[in-house]
Amino acid sequence: MEFSGRKWRKLRLAGDQRNASYPHCLQFYLQPPSENISLIEFENLAIDRVKLLKSVENLGVSYVKGTEQYQSKLESELRKLKFSYRENLEDEYEPRRRDHISHFILRLAYCQSEELRRWFIQQEMDLLRFRFSILPKDKIQDFLKDSQLQFEAISDEEKTLREQEIVASSPSLSGLKLGFESIYKIPFADALDLFRGRKVYLEDGFAYVPLKDIVAIILNEFRAKLSKALAGRSPTVWRTARSITTPTVRSSSPRMSAHHMVAIVGFLKRYTTHTGCGWNSLYSHREEVAKSASVLTARSLPAVQSDERLQPLLNHLSHSYTGQDYSTQGNVGKISLDQIDLLSTKSFPPCMRQLHKALRENHHLRHGGRMQYGLFLKGIGLTLEQALQFWKQEFIKGKMDPDKFDKGYSYNIRHSFGKEGKRTDYTPFSCLKIILSNPPSQGDYHGCPFRHSDPELLKQKLQSYKISPGGISQILDLVKGTHYQVACQKYFEMIHNVDDCGFSLNHPNQFFCESQRILNGGKDIKKEPIQPETPQPKPSVQKTKDASSALASLNSSLEMDMEGLEDYFSEDS
Amino acid sequence: METFDPTELPELLKLYYRRLFPYSQYYRWLNYGGVIKNYFQHREFSFTLKDDIYIRYQSFNNQSDLEKEMQKMNPYKIDIGAVYSHRPNQHNTVKLGAFQAQEKELVFDIDMTDYDDVRRCCSSADICPKCWTLMTMAIRIIDRALKEDFGFKHRLWVYSGRRGVHCWVCDESVRKLSSAVRSGIVEYLSLVKGGQDVKKKVHLSEKIHPFIRKSINIIKKYFEEYALVNQDILENKESWDKILALVPEIQQSFQKSHNSLQRWEHLKKVASRYQNNIKNDKYGPWLEWEIMLQYCFPRLDINVSKGINHLLKSPFSVHPKTGRISVPIDLQKVDQFDPFTVPTISFICRELDAISTNEEEKEENEAESDVKHRTRDYKKTSLAPYVKVFEHFLENLDKSRKGELLKKSDLQKDF
Repeated sequence: MEFSGRKWRKLRLAGDQRNASYPHCLQFYLQPPSENISLIEFENLAIDRVKLLKSVENLGVSYVKGTEQYQSKLESELRKLKFSYRENLEDEYEPRRRDHISHFILRLAYCQSEELRRWFIQQEMDLLRFRFSILPKDKIQDFLKDSQLQFEAISDEEKTLREQEIVASSPSLSGLKLGFESIYKIPFADALDLFRGRKVYLEDGFAYVPLKDIVAIILNEFRAKLSKALAGRSPTVWRTARSITTPTVRSSSPRMSAHHMVAIVGFLKRYTTHTGCGWNSLYSHREEVAKSASVLTARSLPAVQSDERLQPLLNHLSHSYTGQDYSTQGNVGKISLDQIDLLSTKSFPPCMRQLHKALRENHHLRHGGRMQYGLFLKGIGLTLEQALQFWKQEFIKGKMDPDKFDKGYSYNIRHSFGKEGKRTDYTPFSCLKIILSNPPSQGDYHGCPFRHSDPELLKQKLQSYKISPGGISQILDLVKGTHYQVACQKYFEMIHNVDDCGFSLNHPNQFFCESQRILNGGKDIKKEPIQPETPQPKPSVQKTKDASSALASLNSSLEMDMEGLEDYFSEDS
Repeated sequence: METFDPTELPELLKLYYRRLFPYSQYYRWLNYGGVIKNYFQHREFSFTLKDDIYIRYQSFNNQSDLEKEMQKMNPYKIDIGAVYSHRPNQHNTVKLGAFQAQEKELVFDIDMTDYDDVRRCCSSADICPKCWTLMTMAIRIIDRALKEDFGFKHRLWVYSGRRGVHCWVCDESVRKLSSAVRSGIVEYLSLVKGGQDVKKKVHLSEKIHPFIRKSINIIKKYFEEYALVNQDILENKESWDKILALVPEIQQSFQKSHNSLQRWEHLKKVASRYQNNIKNDKYGPWLEWEIMLQYCFPRLDINVSKGINHLLKSPFSVHPKTGRISVPIDLQKVDQFDPFTVPTISFICRELDAISTNEEEKEENEAESDVKHRTRDYKKTSLAPYVKVFEHFLENLDKSRKGELLKKSDLQKDF
């Protein structure tokens, strides 16, 4: 079916039908969505969910999961991004729908490598665990039933018969009596993680599981299903029921030029599998039930890849930076060159502090370092003239010929300000970009010290920055857990002497802004007299980029940082 | 029983496979009532022939096909593998990746060599009546758990022919279990952890799981006679040093006592002190049990059990080194099972010869069919009681199957 841009909006389901499609505020994502959505909504939903999962990750590292702080912060994130989490009085359909569709979009993006899959599954599990933890007790049984999990609570008589054994088996139960604990009787194979460690009572092929442990089982089921869907490991043949519909020639967004097509994407790509008798799986009949619902995502990639509209998006989603890009020149000219040395120790993130120091010591930086540091400086407000002066002064100290500098290096600096060549105003690198791309080699000083430095060297560096030993060991622990940005946040907290930096670090310039905010008591960066240079006109971001060029730009090098889609990003609050 | 001479194997095997091997019962087992199409035809067998020639991916169309091949090849060893997605003997014709192991019985292999650190009488491939009790305890403990905890109904225990026992769990749902669940089951059944470099191999937490408690109760029945008398684990300094490594304090009292029994009593007294004083760091509250478990609890090889495509020696196969037949063990008489009375292939072949010469004249006149002739042959030998145990096991399988079919037809309301 095809719908025109305006008409399809009218096809909203009537109230009852809507509630029936999403009876609970959480779900196991067993069925892929079956509606058509626009490319714009596709992108927006995907980006929102990436933001959500990144928050889940961040919170999971900054706070102990399950504590009050963790729970309340996660809840507010969900509310902010308008995903479902709790039964409310208001209309729940939209948040649940967003939750549903965005999950399946991300499956397509995150199935592409083992590392991405692992990350995606971990965050989705944490999210589900949270939602389940706030589910009221009386809703639990209904939810379990609707999700095709055969858990039934046993009667009180059955409980008393086995009370001693159950209490002796389950570490999650303290004391000698069961009291009002609900005990669920499930087939032993469904409680694998419990019985393998002898953490549950087994009798005649069934496990007697207290409610607390049921959660672990549910999460395992979820992980197993999701893992399978992402890898598409079923050995038998699948077939697509529908491929993406051909785009209709309609425009539904004022931002798109009328000349270009907005795709009404047929999102349902059902990939059914003949899972047959459930070979190599837990129990056959369970697979039969799940048969019609699983989306074998990795297998679906070839079809998706052939759709040029989706692949670049999906590729970038997992690497995407979704916050402010610090290219807007709000603070142009506010920094003077002689402030930089002091600023580098007070307000620069360690990556830039290290680059600055290397530049001062060696009077030189290689290309990677020049790019990373140069764009950062632009982001904190250096003008082109200041930048030229800054680099030239330093390079000349290294016995570089001034003419050579003008010929070679100054061109590059002007290029990065958008004054040469295709005149793109390059944006400063985000943390993600610095961490993931272009790792430093011998003689380089760019990159992320938390990611790229040997832990021993990192420790020495932090000691030289006068960080306390307690702080250093916390940072090193975070680094070991690959939480590089959180480690940097910790560094921020230590040098500014605050308990909570109050922001989620994504960008070196963000570090700088936040630091300045604290040091200047919440006011803007102190204004310095502008250097006697001709002020440059603000390079403006083109507002009327077409869809095709927006996506075409995605296809070009990562340096572009989703430039064409800037319009669709809202600032991180 | 006469000593077995391995050089006689080729001749003995010929006779064995022609006249004694219980083909119809064997087929009845692996065909599982013919409920699933091609179940037998997709089963992998592997043969080890003379001179250690090993061939995998053997499969057969039916019982007679199996018989003919076995008689032709005269395998020294037969292993049973998984049921695959296609006929194993055609696996090369199948598209890459499509040939998959799909189902297999859950199997366990308990090997006496794994207990070398705790038995004093023998080591490696040797066994004797003093250490065989380890197998008896293992069978009791594992079988109880498989039956009562996991609800498995069709468990076949088989003597491996030399130094251990195997268990085949044949329930329909069990054959479909994933590798992960099989691993989990082995983990549930494992208590002894650590290799040569680990002194204390069993650590119990404060809460004792019913599985452990019930296993201890079984061990208690055998411990005194097995460990303190036969193994005499506290006999002299050399032997009790191993225990002292686990409980250093009791050195003095050990030297004063006269035998293992006395010393064990002392140990129990010391251990009970710690039972009441839970806060101490050195020993947990269950020291006495931990030692008993380290010396007696079964040790499983997880690799045998977890792989669906793992090959395991077939029941009624011959052990090429000892000549003993891998016979089923009667669970009702597990305490009486004596591996040294298990018939060897040479023994039963001689039995058969002796009987046959007597009956030859009688049968020549009756023109009986070859098959009937053969099905009665094993009955005349010492193999008979073991085949009976096997048949009992098969009857239970049949009963279960009929029960399932009835249930299904009830649900569909076919009358």
